[in-house]
Amino acid sequence: MEAAHGHDHGQGEHAHHPTGFMRWVTTTNHKDIGTLYLWFSFSMFIVGGTLALMLRAELFQPGLQLWEPHFFNQLTTMHGLIMVFGAIMPAFVGFANWQVPLMIGAPDMAFARMNNWSFWLLPPAATLLVVSFFVPGGATAAGWTIYAPLSTQMGPGMDLAIFALHIMGASSIMGSINIATTILNMRAPGMTLMKMPLFVWTWLITAYLLIAVMPVLAGAVTMLLTDRHFGTNFFNAAGGGDPVMFQHIFWFFGHPEVYIMILPAFGIVSQIIPTFSRKPLFGYSSMVYATSSIAILSFIVWAHHMFTVGMPAASQLFFMYATMLIAVPTGVKVFNWIATMWKGSLTFEAPMLFAIGFVFVFSMGGFTGLVLAITPVDIQLQDTYYVVAHFHYVLVAGSLFAIFGGIYYWIPKWTGHLYNEKLGQIHFWLTMVFFNVTFFPMHFTGLAGMPRRIPDYSLQFADFNALSTVGAFGFGLSQLLFLYIVVTCIRSGEKAADKSWEGAQGLEWTVPSPAPYHTFETPPVVK
Amino acid sequence: MTSKLGSTFAAAATAAAALVAGAGAASANQYNLQPPQSMIATQIYDLHTLIMWIIFAIFVLVFGVMTIAIIKHRKSIGHEAQQFHENTTVEIIWTIIPFIILIGMAYPATKTIIAMKDTSSPDITIKATGYQWKWGYDYLQEGVSFYSNLATPRDQIDGHNVEARNKNPNYLLEVDNAVIVPVGKKVRIIVTANDVIHAWWVPALGVKQDAIPGFVRDTWFRADKVGVYRGQCAELCGKDHGFMPIVVEVVEPEKYAAWIGEQKKKSTAQAVALDPAKQWTLDELKAQGEKVYAANCVACHQANGMGLPNTFPALSGSKIAGGDKAAHLDMVLNGKPGTAMAPFKHLSDLEIASVITFERNSWANKTGDMVAPADVKAARK
Repeated sequence: MEAAHGHDHGQGEHAHHPTGFMRWVTTTNHKDIGTLYLWFSFSMFIVGGTLALMLRAELFQPGLQLWEPHFFNQLTTMHGLIMVFGAIMPAFVGFANWQVPLMIGAPDMAFARMNNWSFWLLPPAATLLVVSFFVPGGATAAGWTIYAPLSTQMGPGMDLAIFALHIMGASSIMGSINIATTILNMRAPGMTLMKMPLFVWTWLITAYLLIAVMPVLAGAVTMLLTDRHFGTNFFNAAGGGDPVMFQHIFWFFGHPEVYIMILPAFGIVSQIIPTFSRKPLFGYSSMVYATSSIAILSFIVWAHHMFTVGMPAASQLFFMYATMLIAVPTGVKVFNWIATMWKGSLTFEAPMLFAIGFVFVFSMGGFTGLVLAITPVDIQLQDTYYVVAHFHYVLVAGSLFAIFGGIYYWIPKWTGHLYNEKLGQIHFWLTMVFFNVTFFPMHFTGLAGMPRRIPDYSLQFADFNALSTVGAFGFGLSQLLFLYIVVTCIRSGEKAADKSWEGAQGLEWTVPSPAPYHTFETPPVVK
Repeated sequence: MTSKLGSTFAAAATAAAALVAGAGAASANQYNLQPPQSMIATQIYDLHTLIMWIIFAIFVLVFGVMTIAIIKHRKSIGHEAQQFHENTTVEIIWTIIPFIILIGMAYPATKTIIAMKDTSSPDITIKATGYQWKWGYDYLQEGVSFYSNLATPRDQIDGHNVEARNKNPNYLLEVDNAVIVPVGKKVRIIVTANDVIHAWWVPALGVKQDAIPGFVRDTWFRADKVGVYRGQCAELCGKDHGFMPIVVEVVEPEKYAAWIGEQKKKSTAQAVALDPAKQWTLDELKAQGEKVYAANCVACHQANGMGLPNTFPALSGSKIAGGDKAAHLDMVLNGKPGTAMAPFKHLSDLEIASVITFERNSWANKTGDMVAPADVKAARK
């Protein structure tokens, strides 16, 4: 701050920017907005997590104990929507806001006011989702995939969810235009594309995925809305429509969407592993190409979510082969991370633990993905708990572990303090153990034939479900420790050095900790 | 509360464990796919086993290397980092090898897909129709039709009779009318739905097909052995998605023929009973209607006619069930678009007439009027 005041830039914005609540409402600063995104994401994570614990409580034993089936379906639906659109996606946008300008040597995001708007659209959207529980008929209970025609049967809660999705989609499109523009136009002199940190690369690719598919989702939910209220028959067979068309449109958005939630995670892990291996990332250019191939392939695999709708054999074969192909670039990434660790000088601070945990457990999710890619096997496993296990392995152990790792990695830069390392490691082990206790048994119940999205199940699934519920509560409670670690790190904690980690590389470690309100007003030169 | 939950859970676990010994019953804590009972299911099972071995080998190899790095290349034992970071040969090798492994997996999978899709020249064709929340079956050549509802008593589900539940090996997997098919014959299942998307799934037979309203899809199986095979609806279809199981009973061909004969006789007898000229009394219709209500309406509107607040409206004292007869009839026949109230056109004239009569003369509703099957027939036009 002192140094910033020394500059002669006439506007004196430091003296005049509002304080208190209005600072956050009116801010156009990428660091403030990054912080807002991250706190928003965490609060949605708590809401979505509470819903998950409510449904796990019902599944603790056979029979209906706590909730009516209709309310149970609301819980599963809203858990999915809130976690995907409220927790995981905004968390990565928060990382992009904080880190992209710092890592490419830019003073702020390209469109600072639009940045403010793209964040402030999210709280109203989240409010619509949460409020929908209290309208007649409750929240939408059609699953997060809101398949027609079940979703056309729903009450007004469905309309609130559609509006929320529209608003969140607009927010995502604005956010991703901002990120892509910043990356393409505001890099420091000398930072060519192939010198960018991998996190920036993955976000550049993710931004393009978002711009490509969010309008598709908006189209799907708009058609749903007009089917519900304005007499159209897009998805109503009785009026000449096709319910399966909804699934095609939804998954054309939905499959790139899962890479939107994992590519930035790949980026974060690709920053952490070299730092704590004290070695440059192995195969940088092949990592860039692998990420791009995954993004391109993500547009031609959507129907693997629909193997049971009854497609012709030729379509099933095409989508099976295309899906299996994704294993190749994904494998390349895992091999590169391990080659980075190989013959390094490894230490195991919390970010590295989460990164290694990510590689290990995400790969298990990748393996089950390969099992599910095989169409005949998928026909047995579609809509079972095996799929639930699979996508929680890639979304929780994948995206969420990377988010935790990224927060521990960069929080010294954000707050100027070191977090409590011991507690951070305990948080990792609790999360890792309870995650597996919760989700590993779901592979077995799925294989044995337990459908997903059911409030009650036959007796042979009782033991594994009880175990999953115990694990889920352990997992949920462990996250309170995370909140404690973050809050204490903000308020107190040891002073962090500018370069907080011995092996850290990159522009963000050349600025003071905490990063001043304005950084890189004069662009650094990258050699 | 806690101790009650604990003890019921313990009882459930014991009951489940006891099931392992029970012949034909699903076994508790099963770690793998159900034992396959058809050629396709066997191929799927073998395919899954093959892939698991491949995955296991890759897992050991890749994470073996990672574990060595974690143990040997740590700073705390003084390992110095080497600065290599590129090797095109290695990158090419670990791109090509996975590709070759994938081809090895794709080959058998392709053969199975083509076999699964071959629904030609079946011995028997059965149409399965998904309803919210039950299955309807039509044996197309034989002209036999029936509905298949969950047979588990409500009091076991809502926890009033936990003991019976814990002793019930087929809890939630039992139906009133099972699909009967002969062993060793190719059965083609034509799948469709009446309201929303459902999915017809019997794991042991390797069959899962979405039931899509307005569209017809098909699948097939040939059961290897006599037995009872149980499955469930696999696509979220609303409130009672978890309560519409599928039971396929595979029997000897002679037994199947006898069963078909019996069913045909039954439907002729029913047709006689349904003589359109018959004059029904209010009490007769009401008694008949109570059964129809229990099979079709009770899940949402509840046995006491009170529905569920804010979710499913009460019928007792309602403006429709206590008011205009024509509006009531229209609601049951055509449903209310945009809500969970589906059209019940698929029920017979008598069923609709009787259930409306029952609703208009039960709980707080004392209209005293009745709807005759002929009224329903007229209203359909």
